[in-house]
Amino acid sequence: MQKVVQEVVVVVTNLLAINATNSTPFFKAFFVLLITVNSILMSAVAGTLPVDSVDILYHRFDGGGMEIDGPFILVRKSIGTQVSVNGHYYIDSVSAASIDVVANASEYTEERTEVSAGVDFLHEKTMISTGYTNSEENDFVANSVFLSIGQDFFGDLTKLTMGYARGWDEVGKIESDFSEDVDRQIYKLGVSQVLTKNALMGLDIETISDEGYLNNPYRSYRYFDPADSTKFLTSVEVYPETRTSTAVAVRGLYYLPYRASIKGEYRYFSDSWGIDAHTYEVLYVHPFGRQWTLEGRVRHYSQSSADFYSDIFTHEGANDFLARDKELSTLTGMTYGGGVTYEIGQGVIPHVNKLKLTLLVDYLKYEYDDFRDVTAGGGLLPAGTEPLYEFDAWVTRASITFEY
Amino acid sequence: MKTRLIIGLLLFGSVGVSGCTEFKPWVKPYERNNLADPIMSLDRHGAAGSYIHHVYQAREGARGAEGGAGGGCGCN
Repeated sequence: MQKVVQEVVVVVTNLLAINATNSTPFFKAFFVLLITVNSILMSAVAGTLPVDSVDILYHRFDGGGMEIDGPFILVRKSIGTQVSVNGHYYIDSVSAASIDVVANASEYTEERTEVSAGVDFLHEKTMISTGYTNSEENDFVANSVFLSIGQDFFGDLTKLTMGYARGWDEVGKIESDFSEDVDRQIYKLGVSQVLTKNALMGLDIETISDEGYLNNPYRSYRYFDPADSTKFLTSVEVYPETRTSTAVAVRGLYYLPYRASIKGEYRYFSDSWGIDAHTYEVLYVHPFGRQWTLEGRVRHYSQSSADFYSDIFTHEGANDFLARDKELSTLTGMTYGGGVTYEIGQGVIPHVNKLKLTLLVDYLKYEYDDFRDVTAGGGLLPAGTEPLYEFDAWVTRASITFEY
Repeated sequence: MKTRLIIGLLLFGSVGVSGCTEFKPWVKPYERNNLADPIMSLDRHGAAGSYIHHVYQAREGARGAEGGAGGGCGCN
């Protein structure tokens, strides 16, 4: 009797915002999108309902003039044997004095709040999930819904997940009537394959399509001052109104001869704006006894610039599209991370099956090949001769998870 | 459109295969102890794992295919 496991995963999308001056709308949108998509996929990797749990995370990003921190709370609760509900609450408290802010505006603080609600339905070996996410800040609103499908087959050695998400953003501008819309659609396909009794691999493909106002209303490009070529002037950026991207990732996970695992990952990315990116990551996980686990990872990221990006244009309106967002420039990023996890099993705390404490710390370093630091030298250096920009940052994640 | 077609074909193919053949897994259920170990999950950190993806997406041009599903023993 063949065992066929079907599961349906739902993926929610939304597009939100980190902070208005530090990110373009589509970058903002992905904060929300990611949370939803990943939480949903994680909940539906097998033909069983997610474990009842409460996950409380404190997160902090500190670097490049940005300080962002806040809580992230995720709750899952089953109702009977076929339904599980979930919801999350997430806050980013932002204090911004990044190079984008310093160069274009005044330092500021703001807060973004995100909430979601979702349901998983399990019928025999099929699971269907759906959900909604909303994210709001003072100049940005994002809403999204998702749906996805999954199935296990080949004796449960292969898992297939598929998801569709749709998001609607409203991009605003502080102290103005400015308001523009963005629509977004996301298609995801994921396959996880057991290769041997010690090895498995995963393949993920994701296509994203954006349409609407995709640039940041606060940012500007710069061009040589026609009256003095050692100086520059600025004007509002002009982006295309559509963007389509595809990412393909391959991951491999291997159980070492002693109790430890090593994971390798490669992702290729390409979009209609001309950006090509490569991501490599290696993760090593080493448990000590039943309660302690240490891990370390290294990640390397590189990308080419968008076709319409330039650090400085020859003159105003030099092209149809003009951008100087450093996220669209040629850049390289390195991450060195480490973490420790401590687990307490059943019977120690009443009504708690498992308690997990986790601390993860990452050091990030970004170097830009064609984005210059206009604040260097007190802003007095000749235009286009400023030193290339770079920054580093620390990312801290501390979480406590109860399974009950 | 190309990606949509690929997704459709894979889903159709997977359903078709699973419904027509007697398949014997090459890794038996009793051989999956190591795969069932929590250290063999492709995403071990839940909300914390999602957050770090956000950090990258805000600072990099690439997006998507971050993963988050899969891993484990496949012993439902």
